[in-house]
Amino acid sequence: MSTMTYRPAHGGHYGLRQAARMEWIKLRSLRSTAYALLLTVVGMVTMGVVTMANTKPPHGAAKVASFDPTNNVLAGVALGQLIVGVLGVLVVTGEYSTGTIRSTLAAIPDRRMALAAKAAVFGALALVLGEAVTFVTFLAGRRALAADVPHPSLGDPDVLRAILLSGAYLALVGLMGIGVGAITRHTASAIGALVGITFVLPALLSGTTGTVVAKFFPTMIAGNSLAVTVPVDGMLSPWAGFVVLCGYSAALLAVGGRLLVRRDA
Amino acid sequence: MIEVRGLTKRYGGTVAVEDLGFGVRPGSVTGFLGPNGSGKSTTMRMIMGLDRPDAGHVTIGGRPYRGLSWPLREVGALLEARTFHPGRSARSHLAALAAGGGIEAERVDAVLETVGLTSVAGKRAGSFSLGMAQRLGIAAALLGDPPVLLFDEPVNGLDPEGVRWIRELMRSLAAEGRTVLLSSHLISEMALTADHLVVIGSGRLLADTSVAELTASGRSLEEAFFALTEASATYTGATRAGEGTRR
Repeated sequence: MSTMTYRPAHGGHYGLRQAARMEWIKLRSLRSTAYALLLTVVGMVTMGVVTMANTKPPHGAAKVASFDPTNNVLAGVALGQLIVGVLGVLVVTGEYSTGTIRSTLAAIPDRRMALAAKAAVFGALALVLGEAVTFVTFLAGRRALAADVPHPSLGDPDVLRAILLSGAYLALVGLMGIGVGAITRHTASAIGALVGITFVLPALLSGTTGTVVAKFFPTMIAGNSLAVTVPVDGMLSPWAGFVVLCGYSAALLAVGGRLLVRRDA
Repeated sequence: MIEVRGLTKRYGGTVAVEDLGFGVRPGSVTGFLGPNGSGKSTTMRMIMGLDRPDAGHVTIGGRPYRGLSWPLREVGALLEARTFHPGRSARSHLAALAAGGGIEAERVDAVLETVGLTSVAGKRAGSFSLGMAQRLGIAAALLGDPPVLLFDEPVNGLDPEGVRWIRELMRSLAAEGRTVLLSSHLISEMALTADHLVVIGSGRLLADTSVAELTASGRSLEEAFFALTEASATYTGATRAGEGTRR
């Protein structure tokens, strides 16, 4: 019987590059990814076009001052965030429900690195998709505006910023989904938590306490801070809102990463 | 090659593995034998760094799994449960692992060929029978051509031809000088495949011996096994109220 002496694999060490390539292959080899992203694009563009087609010219000084067709055209972000957020959740919980997580961690035992790779790859995909879809929605929606309604243009003040940050918001919600998924590890509870934070709680809180607390919730920031060209009273400024959202994503990913390291897989 | 020392794992109040220690040497097949619920899978998961021991440690070639430079090129493992997404094809599953393990993409088709899944490589793995799923798991274990291999109940769901194929695969991997740890609750299969045996019951080590020696102690390997495991009390975790036999 020949004996093979233990041979450490040739130099170097696995790293984020290998982990990210693995995540990219996993992401693109599931049909559900493509379907979900297609649904996001179709849904957001449709909602933007329909909203714009129904936008009436403003009457009266107050209406003219608060008229913000850019905000209207981005109405579909409400839908897009749900799909992208759920997809982010599934990037993690889908691995737990199927057992794939054990394959993943066998290849990349550094769990923080495994999570970072998921966040980097899915975050990048969601960012590209988010920016593309918000631009397309804006351009398509503008064409649907009635002739007597003032047409917004990319060159108008704050319009480009509203579009760019709304696209980035989708990526941030995706990252929050990954973070929540890593925390709960179960699809249903993670989606429940994500929808609760983005939709239910802000609606409840704005009904009881107005904007005091509600303005810090992701949906409120997206709709009233990021996607506006005319500031909304009582809400965070666009960049303050954006920083708060980045903070949420980072915090959820950090907690998720810590729990992944501590728990059995 | 694989060194297990003082390994202990509890889930809640239940002890799954207690003060378990053994070594697995290269060049032979080491059978990891014990009744269902005796802690084999738990031990395998701790070797892989998936579950954290409450006490003790495991090293592979002197390092814990988490300290390996290229894990999939150093250790290949088939774990008991399915470890792939049903919506992904066998080829994509292996391609992702190859990318993560720093393994040449050509190995994917090579291992698919080895396990006989080439013709269904593009199909969703969720449509696979249990036997095909096992073959996919074995392909994943072989992907990085690793010197250390762990197989948890590999013959589950395989037909007689598949069982024989596994046996020959284990033998040939060991003959190439690799370290092979093979868990099973099938005694007859172990008698045919393993050179060395680590027997556990209720999470404790009952025997660490060669197959020949253990067989010599009783009339057959099976009798020797029952003599060992009877002493170690009941199957842990397998009894629910109103179910199974109480002793």
